Amino acid sequence: MSMRTPLARVKGLGAAKEGVGHWWHQRLTALALVPLTVWFCLAIARLPGSDHATLVAWIAAPFNAVLLVALIIAGLYHGYLGVQVVLEDYVHPHWARTTLIVVSGFGAFLLALGAIFVVLQLAFEN
Amino acid sequence: MAKFTLPANSVVKPGLKYAAPDGAKRVRQVTVYRYDPDTGENPRTDTYAVDMDTCGPMVLDALTKIKNETDAGLTFRRSCREGICGSCAMNIDGTNTLACTKALDDIKGDIRIFPLPHMPIVKDLVPDLTNFYAQHASIEPWIKTATATPPDRERLQSKGERGVLDGLYECIMCACCSTSCPSYWWNSDRYLGPAALLAAYRWIADSRDEATGERLDELQDPFKLYRCHTIMNCTKACPKSLNPAKAIAEIKKLLVQRRG
Repeated sequence: MSMRTPLARVKGLGAAKEGVGHWWHQRLTALALVPLTVWFCLAIARLPGSDHATLVAWIAAPFNAVLLVALIIAGLYHGYLGVQVVLEDYVHPHWARTTLIVVSGFGAFLLALGAIFVVLQLAFEN
Repeated sequence: MAKFTLPANSVVKPGLKYAAPDGAKRVRQVTVYRYDPDTGENPRTDTYAVDMDTCGPMVLDALTKIKNETDAGLTFRRSCREGICGSCAMNIDGTNTLACTKALDDIKGDIRIFPLPHMPIVKDLVPDLTNFYAQHASIEPWIKTATATPPDRERLQSKGERGVLDGLYECIMCACCSTSCPSYWWNSDRYLGPAALLAAYRWIADSRDEATGERLDELQDPFKLYRCHTIMNCTKACPKSLNPAKAIAEIKKLLVQRRG
């Protein structure tokens, strides 16, 4: 039971004065993902039945490698921003929400690093 | 975590059934949510058989008739009975709207009436709107200026500047929109909700106001503003046909615009 006034409870700790960056980046990455995803799906659709060497050569081609890295960054960043929104919506204890957001951020970051590393490794070794 | 199921003492049980008066020809069943905090019992739904031949055309008429003739204990808010006071907002036939402007003929089958969703209930159809009103107060819904008022006349607006406020100033604060919003259901302790944000935009858009930047500062927050995910239930529910979702989108656009 709190004796604070309703207005004090609503005002809480005040506005965080951030959120517009998150909102804008979510839309920018969504925009970037439209052509990247179309390109990726079309390219993959033409590859079934290829042998390992063909696939590696496709990834190693500079044009494909650059776009793949862009897809990985935009996709995982967009995914992380989306997961953050879901966690903020549904996880209410502050410690749990913050922990999960941080863990998902680290996870997305490591996934991106790993995926980019693999692409670059294939690109530079072939 | 968000609660997706009702606590045990909030589960709605079947309630009493009231028969129609003898000789009633055109009878419709009106099911109403009942909750009395003094009894300690679970909420229940009572069903009243209402003679439509002696009932007015609106849902509020049916509720008033039940209260006058059948069950004086039935509790609901009402005042103007013409859609301008916002008192009789409730969930009718699955939609938040005003009982006074919702025609009984527009409802197919039985008439089901519940309080506005996901609010603490004071009694029957009366929700506790304390937090909702505090949120409205928190956006400081009054003109703020540094320039002194002209001594000889009011602050002027062009017709165009005044036109911008159409669709914003008409809000009657009935809470139909905010209580239809899932984001508001889960996070109303921090998310201001569509009604308060529409009111906030009404002052942001007012050409006479000189605190636009400060108003935007106060809204830029992951919870106060950005819990809105453009679900659009608010716009669908508004009994005054306003568009809170668009007002919120305009606030988001302005926040992007002022970055560069």
